[in-house]
Amino acid sequence: MSLSAGVPRWVATIVVVAVCLLPLLVLSIQLGTGQLGPDPAKRLMQGTGEWGLRGLALVLLAAPLAQRGWPALFRFRRILGLCLFLYVSLHLLLFAQVYVGWNGTLLVEELKERPYVLVGFSAWMAMLPLALTSTDRARRWLGRRWRQLHRLIYPATVLAWLHLFWLARSDVGEALIYGLIFAGLLLWRVRRAQLRAR
Amino acid sequence: MKRRTYIDPTIASSDITPESVFLNRRDLIKASSSRAAAALGLSVVSSGGASEPAGLPFTADTNDALRKELTPYEDVTQYNNFYEFGTDKSDPAQHAHAMTTDPWTIKVGGLVNQPGELHLEDIMRGFDLEERIYRFRCVEAWSMVVPWIGFPLAELLKRFDPKAEGRFVEFKTLYRRAEMRGTRSFTSVIDWPYREGLRIDEAMHPLTLMTVGLYGKTLPNQNGAPLRLIVPWKYGFKSIKSIVEINVTAKQPKTSWQELQPSEYGFFANVNPEVDHPRWSQRFERRLPSSIFNPNRVPTLPFNGYEEQVAGLYAGMDLRKFY
Repeated sequence: MSLSAGVPRWVATIVVVAVCLLPLLVLSIQLGTGQLGPDPAKRLMQGTGEWGLRGLALVLLAAPLAQRGWPALFRFRRILGLCLFLYVSLHLLLFAQVYVGWNGTLLVEELKERPYVLVGFSAWMAMLPLALTSTDRARRWLGRRWRQLHRLIYPATVLAWLHLFWLARSDVGEALIYGLIFAGLLLWRVRRAQLRAR
Repeated sequence: MKRRTYIDPTIASSDITPESVFLNRRDLIKASSSRAAAALGLSVVSSGGASEPAGLPFTADTNDALRKELTPYEDVTQYNNFYEFGTDKSDPAQHAHAMTTDPWTIKVGGLVNQPGELHLEDIMRGFDLEERIYRFRCVEAWSMVVPWIGFPLAELLKRFDPKAEGRFVEFKTLYRRAEMRGTRSFTSVIDWPYREGLRIDEAMHPLTLMTVGLYGKTLPNQNGAPLRLIVPWKYGFKSIKSIVEINVTAKQPKTSWQELQPSEYGFFANVNPEVDHPRWSQRFERRLPSSIFNPNRVPTLPFNGYEEQVAGLYAGMDLRKFY
């Protein structure tokens, strides 16, 4: 890959992490300078959610691109995955702090009565074990089961998309676009599994 | 000893400055001096509106408790839902200046004995203006406390003499494509012009306000200049802005949000913590300004805290069915 020519891996890592955290930095600056208006939580939730979805698309894109001869994304897939988990964890924390007020009863009510909250929370729960087992050590310890565990990213994607779709007020356009992207990326895997089974 | 009152024979009682004008003299001076400065070609710090809001004479609200909770002017005028100018909260403040509010005509008709028109001067000077500090609750679960300036809708309707068959009042917002960029967008969702309505008893209620100003000055365009409705016990989308038409009708009028999404937006739209929006809870609201570490979540009150004054209008009505 063109990036690896002469560039030490740790430098590339720092660059990738910095790029991934850039949207978060921008949002934080906007928050600090009052540019997010009198209801910043809403804008932040939108921002963290948006970038979480984009990160998810990139993570799923890594394997297909590598197969086509562009392994760069695949090499940094773990960092992408962890950064995406950071964004969606912040998204969840904001929800807990601003919308539910750390109120257990209210949270349970939201989970029971609002399907989009339930699927969103489930998507995060599906991603949690992936973040926890992202280290080399965990990978070695789990062996073959690591790969099986990390297939949770597929239901997580479906749940995340449902979360977006059910949230849409009058504008389903965005949900449809992401739907097409995710469908394509997941179908690639279905096809790959079929080819391997032959 | 008998007190002698001082009388100056050269001052007629009609010369006496009205108390409300006297109390707001600084705002009036600011308004007129900024206009004078503009006339001299000096730069005037603009709030972003087409013209600097002018001071208004009014009787102050005595509700000091609520006055302490006022939402800052900056937030009231920079965070708006006025889809005719775009769907982002900051769009109206950026684009509403394109709307011409002078001259302005409001057609009043339908089932009234005296149909006619009101012009800008009529609404600004034809009624006694009062300050009303009201809670304002959006259906999106954020809220503000705003010191509106206006007069009871009942006063306006009485002048046009609604007929006995009149059961509802319908309102329409200005629809001027050339001045309202949000209406030119092909993804704009609302069937313009924006329409709203009230039952006649809701319209005649003393709380229902024909609003011409806020914070002692005329309304900035983004807040619905020059005339808007404020119905404090209902969700904010009922408080229609920039009104050009008022009709008394026999049948319940179609309203824009109800047409767009009837499962989520009803005709009555009374603030009710017990009746959730299909996609979010209405139990709590974020009182703006709200921050991450101090979200300012407050429990939503039945009828937005105006239960005592308005609950009687809905006695026996199933508020879950008629949301």
